[in-house]
Amino acid sequence: MNQKYLIPLTAVFLLFLVAYTGVEGAGLQWFFGIVFPYVAMIAFLAGFVYKVLGWASSAVPFRIPTTCGQQKSLPWIKQNAIDNPDTSTGVFVRMVLEIFLFRSLFRNTKAAFNKNASNRLSYSWEIFLWLGALAFHYSFLVVILRHFRFFTSPVPSCIDMLEYIDGIVQLGLPGILLSGVVLLAATLFLLARRIFDAKVTYISQAADYFPLFLIIGIAATGLSMRYFTKVDIIDIKTLTMGLVTFSPTIPESVGGLFYGHLFLVSILFAYFPASKLMHMGGIFLSPTRNMANNTRAKRHINPWNYDVETHTYEQYEDHFREKMIEAGLPVDKPLDKKE
Amino acid sequence: MSDEIKPDELLNKIDYGPTKKSEPASWMDTSTQIRPGMYCYAAKAESVETLSLPNARPWNPLEDDWKLPDNWQEILHQGIKERLEKFRTFKIFMDVCVRCGACADKCHFFLGTGDPKNMPVLRAELLRSVYRNDFTTAGKILQKFPGGQRLNGARPLTLDVLKEWWYYFFQCTECRRCSVFCPYGIDTAEITIMGRELLNLIGLNIDWIATPVSNCFQTGNHLGIQPHAFKDMIDFFVEDIEDVTGVNVEPQMNIKGADILFITPSGDVFADPGTYTCEGYMILFKYLKDKYDLNVTWSTYASEGGNFGFFTSHETMKRLNAKMYAEAKRLGVKWILGGECGHMWRVINQYMDTMNGPADFLEEPVNPITGTKFENSKSTKMVHITEFTADLIKHGKLELDKSRNANRIMTFHDSCNPARGMGLLDEPRYIIENCCDHFYEMPPNTIRELTFCCGSGAGLNAGENIELRMAGGLPRANAVKYVHEKFGVNSLGTICAIDRAALPTLMEYWVPEVEVCGIHELVGNALILPGEKRRTEDLRFEPLPGVEPEEEEDE
Repeated sequence: MNQKYLIPLTAVFLLFLVAYTGVEGAGLQWFFGIVFPYVAMIAFLAGFVYKVLGWASSAVPFRIPTTCGQQKSLPWIKQNAIDNPDTSTGVFVRMVLEIFLFRSLFRNTKAAFNKNASNRLSYSWEIFLWLGALAFHYSFLVVILRHFRFFTSPVPSCIDMLEYIDGIVQLGLPGILLSGVVLLAATLFLLARRIFDAKVTYISQAADYFPLFLIIGIAATGLSMRYFTKVDIIDIKTLTMGLVTFSPTIPESVGGLFYGHLFLVSILFAYFPASKLMHMGGIFLSPTRNMANNTRAKRHINPWNYDVETHTYEQYEDHFREKMIEAGLPVDKPLDKKE
Repeated sequence: MSDEIKPDELLNKIDYGPTKKSEPASWMDTSTQIRPGMYCYAAKAESVETLSLPNARPWNPLEDDWKLPDNWQEILHQGIKERLEKFRTFKIFMDVCVRCGACADKCHFFLGTGDPKNMPVLRAELLRSVYRNDFTTAGKILQKFPGGQRLNGARPLTLDVLKEWWYYFFQCTECRRCSVFCPYGIDTAEITIMGRELLNLIGLNIDWIATPVSNCFQTGNHLGIQPHAFKDMIDFFVEDIEDVTGVNVEPQMNIKGADILFITPSGDVFADPGTYTCEGYMILFKYLKDKYDLNVTWSTYASEGGNFGFFTSHETMKRLNAKMYAEAKRLGVKWILGGECGHMWRVINQYMDTMNGPADFLEEPVNPITGTKFENSKSTKMVHITEFTADLIKHGKLELDKSRNANRIMTFHDSCNPARGMGLLDEPRYIIENCCDHFYEMPPNTIRELTFCCGSGAGLNAGENIELRMAGGLPRANAVKYVHEKFGVNSLGTICAIDRAALPTLMEYWVPEVEVCGIHELVGNALILPGEKRRTEDLRFEPLPGVEPEEEEDE
């Protein structure tokens, strides 16, 4: 059990140290600031596309949505058009709610068994996983969008706007940006759940801890640059703009902490397609959610449908003809007179 | 039944904390012990042979040697590879699980046994661990390093792993409850279906599935009831119904040119209390024949609505299901009406038309009595009997005497497949409300799409795995107990033949005061047949509420 999170934790530390010492000690800025980010980005894009195409190349032989409400039935029975959609509009709404609001997770309950007293099983609404997941994903999204200020010049006004809203709680100097803090807190919550909830501990793999530690590392290095150690933003932007304009340069004054941060981000990108993080793409393609429950009204085609051997009525009647006639059941062919 | 585990003993075993001190911390290190009471007997060789399925031979799961083909690993590897290409569900569900644990305590088998490998996520991980090892780039690289496999949560497909698959894929009833809660819609039923399909490639089915499949293929129904015996059983019901109502309701069998072909699970013909539901159908059809001249025919060839092929492989499902359309075509009916059954309707709703359609020789179903077009089944051309009956009631076409069911204080168990593979929720409720005075719902977390399985579905309704069934049925029984204690509920309605077979045992075990009945049993009791005598008994030959028992002895 310890191994499952100690190894990923150590790995993230080591990765950070590799970049930090690589830059501070060996002067490998060009590698951690230019080569690896490009490699990671290529791995991410190629891997992502490869994975999604792989899924898309698999057939969808049957239309098997999980229905979570009343079907379309008689006109006077009220259908649940979102949780049991029969049209693509319904499916679209269902998917939007799933992707943006994690609707299925919102249903989460916690079961408890009250032994002895009543021997009753009870189920209570369990919203924290949903809240934690939502906080994590949205804060991460805002953080990523905010970082576009490093990759655009001039910075689009929508990014400025986003940052303004993110900093609406004005505290300290430089002003607190909520997203970064929420991201770190939510990730720590998700980690705590894995470590302290016995069931979740039991099902967790190293591959579940690694991305969490990685993101904690990214958030922690990012926050410390912004609030504590302070870095030269102008120089960093020179580097990042160099990357997106394909004319990479290494500015002088940027230190190891930044390269550590950048390296962890690069690792996250490179690791993404090979990992469970691909749920980001998978959620769009999940056949139990993205299909309409209208198979009885509209025939679904299985691209590899093939003929099978069946036991025909003729074979059946041949087998039972005498008994059928005796029982007064109609038959297609009369009994052979010869016997 | 004497060596059967007592309810209290079973309850004492439940512990949702997965790591017992005595056990290894990783689930991969716990070896699977195949325990009597929790598994079903192996498929008999002759049943496997009927459909020419692979590796028919006698074998025993408790013995070390499962008599597998020498290249079983290769067969399974190829089998997985092929299915990853044929089923997008399988491929995506192997890749995207984040192990958030939302599904963990949603499975009735986990809730009833506390066995961590019954958490849906772990059931899938049994397969995923091998997938990660053999089918992913990361897995192929990492297995070259010491400890790399473990780090990746991967493992090779060994005999122990295979036995674990077999044990746990036959501890899943494919109920899909976990899938409702999964943020990516990962459906353990789909994983179990793949798992069982793979196991069948090397002849590892259970007999409670293989023999019904063989029977169904040869004889037309799971129970192997031959045509004349089928007719005998129906005749027997005719006599019973005549005793109760004074009306001869003899149905039509194998009649060409009837309006509608009716297909229901053979369990309804075979065992109580399904038989009373069957009598309900017969009374309804007689009523419709007399009042509205509607001709419904039964078939002995297609005398099985259920489809245990679904629990074997997609191909076997298709082979058994083909009979429905073939028979409808031969008899020249307009459309097909299907009886109360769970997985039968999953197959009809989500597979039949795709597999064995298009049914262009049938008409788009219209209720000739009410004129209602069944828009939702215009391609498959098969209508669920509760849709049909609800429509008749809504249009005031049935004369119902609710008071005959006044002794029934009802609750309704949504069967997994109609709930989560179809969404047939309000139709049966509407019928209950029109046939009974007293109806109480179980707690909201245990009904409709959140319903709990009977614990015996997907071919697990055997006798030898009784502990598994009683444990798996605990969440359902617990909710019934709640309404029994709170509202005095004494009847559990259901629209599934497996439920009607499994729930009486479950109720006897956990809530003995509650009886199980099908919805059309209620209809059969309430429906006033033209020319019937004054009824004093219900279809179970029990005195009708409000009728003096002495009256009967008058004669």
